[in-house]
Amino acid sequence: MKLKIDGVEVQVEKGKTILDAARSQNIHIPTLCHHEDLCVAGNCRVCVVEQVGTRNLVASCATPAADGMEIRTNSLKVRNARKHIIELLLSEHNADCTKCYKNGNCELQALASELKNTEHMFLDLVERKTFTVDMYSPSIIKDDSRCIRCQRCVRTCEELQHVSALGVAHKGDRMKISTFFDHPMFEVVCTNCGQCVNRCPTGALIERNYIDEVWDAIYDEDKFVVVQTAPATRVALGEALDLPPGEIVTGKMVAALRRMGFNAVLDTDWSADLTIMEEGTELLTRLKKALVDKDPNVALPMTTSCSPGWIKFIEHTFPEMLPNVSTCKSPQQMFGAIAKTYYANKMGVDPAKMVVVSIMPCTAKKFEADRPEMRSSGFKDVDLVLTTRELGIMIRQAGLDFNSLPDEDYDSVLGQSSGAAVIFGATGGVMEAALRTAYEIVTGREVPFEGLNITPVRGMEGVREASIEIRDTLPDWKFLEGVELRTVVAHGLTNAKQVMQWVKEGKKSYHFIEIMACPGGCLGGGGQPIPTNAEIRAKRAEAIYREDAGKAIRKSHENPEIIAIYKEFLGEPLSHKSHELLHTHYVERNRY
Amino acid sequence: MANNKPLKKVDLIFSEAFLNRDELKEVLSRSADEVIQELLDSGLRGRGGAGFPTGLKWKFTRDQKDPEKYVVCNADEGEPGTFKDREILDRVGRKVFNGMALCARTIGAKEGYLYLRGEYRFLLPKLYQILDEFHEDMKALGMDFHIDIKLGSGAYVCGEESALFESMQGDRGEPRNKPPYPTEYGFRGKPTVINNVETFVSALIINRIGAEKYQKLGTVDSRGSKLFSISGDTPIPGIYELELGMTVEQFVNEFGDGDTKAVQVGGAAGFCVPRKKFTDTIIGFEGVPTGGSMMLFNSSRSMYNVLHNYLDFFKEESCGQCTPCRVGCQQLFLGIEAVKRGEKPASYLETLLKLSQTMKITAKCGLGQSVGNSFHSIVNNFREEMIY
Repeated sequence: MKLKIDGVEVQVEKGKTILDAARSQNIHIPTLCHHEDLCVAGNCRVCVVEQVGTRNLVASCATPAADGMEIRTNSLKVRNARKHIIELLLSEHNADCTKCYKNGNCELQALASELKNTEHMFLDLVERKTFTVDMYSPSIIKDDSRCIRCQRCVRTCEELQHVSALGVAHKGDRMKISTFFDHPMFEVVCTNCGQCVNRCPTGALIERNYIDEVWDAIYDEDKFVVVQTAPATRVALGEALDLPPGEIVTGKMVAALRRMGFNAVLDTDWSADLTIMEEGTELLTRLKKALVDKDPNVALPMTTSCSPGWIKFIEHTFPEMLPNVSTCKSPQQMFGAIAKTYYANKMGVDPAKMVVVSIMPCTAKKFEADRPEMRSSGFKDVDLVLTTRELGIMIRQAGLDFNSLPDEDYDSVLGQSSGAAVIFGATGGVMEAALRTAYEIVTGREVPFEGLNITPVRGMEGVREASIEIRDTLPDWKFLEGVELRTVVAHGLTNAKQVMQWVKEGKKSYHFIEIMACPGGCLGGGGQPIPTNAEIRAKRAEAIYREDAGKAIRKSHENPEIIAIYKEFLGEPLSHKSHELLHTHYVERNRY
Repeated sequence: MANNKPLKKVDLIFSEAFLNRDELKEVLSRSADEVIQELLDSGLRGRGGAGFPTGLKWKFTRDQKDPEKYVVCNADEGEPGTFKDREILDRVGRKVFNGMALCARTIGAKEGYLYLRGEYRFLLPKLYQILDEFHEDMKALGMDFHIDIKLGSGAYVCGEESALFESMQGDRGEPRNKPPYPTEYGFRGKPTVINNVETFVSALIINRIGAEKYQKLGTVDSRGSKLFSISGDTPIPGIYELELGMTVEQFVNEFGDGDTKAVQVGGAAGFCVPRKKFTDTIIGFEGVPTGGSMMLFNSSRSMYNVLHNYLDFFKEESCGQCTPCRVGCQQLFLGIEAVKRGEKPASYLETLLKLSQTMKITAKCGLGQSVGNSFHSIVNNFREEMIY
């Protein structure tokens, strides 16, 4: 396809749009409803361009490039139309920017800033309507007055997640993005994954932030405030602080947290290693029950349970398969339970005065921390959950020049971790970490992959199957001799649903399933810096595997602090104490 | 121009002819090429209002390689002031189905659908009865073609063809991006001919009486005759089949009450023709096109109220997905109110006229693109009524 854009000859392959063609030449066409991860909508009309010879303007995002086309992206006709459209959007938008959480990170604001129109061209429609802000959810706030109806959230929820908690309701001037019978997000099938938040161009969908609560705790003399940082935060936080995607900022993040005043800066990676010990053992135990004891009640395949978006999804969608989900709490919750017991005791801190804050790439973690099941320490195990974005805001609030901070190490204990833990942040990482440990437990040898890199489970394919044959087992694990361990990894709930459907219908048989609710795993989580796209996620993933490769310890069971806690406190994986503190159960939820 | 020439009334659509099995067999025995050529020669353009050449639409769909194709009849007659399709279905419903069968035979479709406006539910028993006979005839003629009826739920925008497909598929009735057009990507993503009720009947008639005879009626751009739904300030409201190509003057002479101030041609989405333009405005594709709606207003009517009513309708009936239409309709509606109340200066009408022009060239579908038609023609021609 050969076409001309603003006088420049462009050649693109068939199927590409005018927008693709323009971008290939670095010709900037503003967009709003368009998002690389989603299907084309052509709703906002901000990207209209002039096609010479056609009376109407065409939406460049939705119009295929064709041979001989002559396109003008900046003619007077286009400029005037674009101005009208942006002004229309603004007239319907609660543009009280200084009171908006997305102030400074809003695509509509950026367009308005580019337009530099200083008068109100049209009537203010916002003041003529009433809006309610949905603030029931501990994870996500939905403010319709800020919504521009681009439907990115609707497409995200439907295409990427197959949840469809958000949909379009009503028409005309009453058209809005809504839920089942306009119930609060908290009461519907929403998994709190926050992918909509990642893609909302304005402040209509935001995380519920706990920034003030955390500052209050830090400055409360009476409190001992502990912070844990999830694996995926360290490869994305930089983006919230003007660094390019793919920078590893672990040391600077620790330094910043310490300067902000946390009493101890600890690592969710540590509890990720703990999770592997429990979950790996749980898998082997289930296999033993199935293969040796021939117990018909043992649920296989076993799925991971680290992703709270996934947990809520299966509770809504496949409640009959809840026994298949590992009973292990997520690393965040294991951390909280251990912090307020083992750690508090070790540090001589009264757990009642301890505040556990976690920095997560995730909005669903906020909901998870609030679950009634998550109080096994006798207290709320994790008190406050912040997203990577919120931490970025707090670092700025603290006046820290992030880039010039020194690299510092985590405190001990609950601060040391293996490479296996850091890869929890990428899709396939839990699988790889579990295999590194489980294979070694069973055979006494390292997994047969060069550099311990189990590449078949890595990558960004939505569903990835891999199998590993177990040979020459240790005597205790003879029953696994010759067994081909079949695994599958899925990320994004649409893919998760597909895999579970296969399992349910008996079309596929696996032993172990890793599922992450978000595209790319936690590194693409709903609490990560905005924007997100495949390229950014690939850079974060690359950083995660770099961090793993650079670690001295690569396997969870070799983490000295993990060895120590079993010796001093837990006994062994799946012990009574483990069950009490580190395992949980799930509930069935309604399907709407 | 002989403006005072009386209108030529025609009786093709409702005539009782061409309804029996043998006659249907004869029409259906024509080759696809013949049928398409006949339609092209006749100059028939879609009777729903947009006026796309029917022969081309059928040809494009026939040329698609996909073995799965559909024929859809758009009976979501929602344009304010239009009620002719209801009458066709009520009186000669069988002709519509026969026209669809002809289309199916021509393009190679096995399934057809009638998308019926929800408010026309009362026609269902009758239509199902006619369909039973129709399906028997199809069987007897050895033709594998089945028609089903789907009911709309009251959204005006579902008369827009791609929104209609979405609605038929059980999805929210929102127009799609075009291209691709229905001839390539229609119902269930398959090549589809979607025509107005009247178009199917006209296509059938043309293939019976021949293009030559048909195209003697009308003008170069607007061949043949069509049905008009006439309402408003007229002593003789109703449905009339008239030869195309008349001027508004001729029309008003026949149907006006002697005090006609303006005629709204083509419904709320159409154009308002003021008295001073009656003589040189032709009703047809060379002048003001219409899907059949003709509303007459006499001097007792406030054109502000007329426009206010249309905009109230559009702001509610916009599907709401695209910015120019969703927000534009609200701005036009509230904007003329603000001018009328003196909250905005009269010059604000110019801003609104420019906005309606932007809507025309940027909206995603015909709904948003045509709001500007009535807005422009009413505001420009009755400006003083907008202000005082």
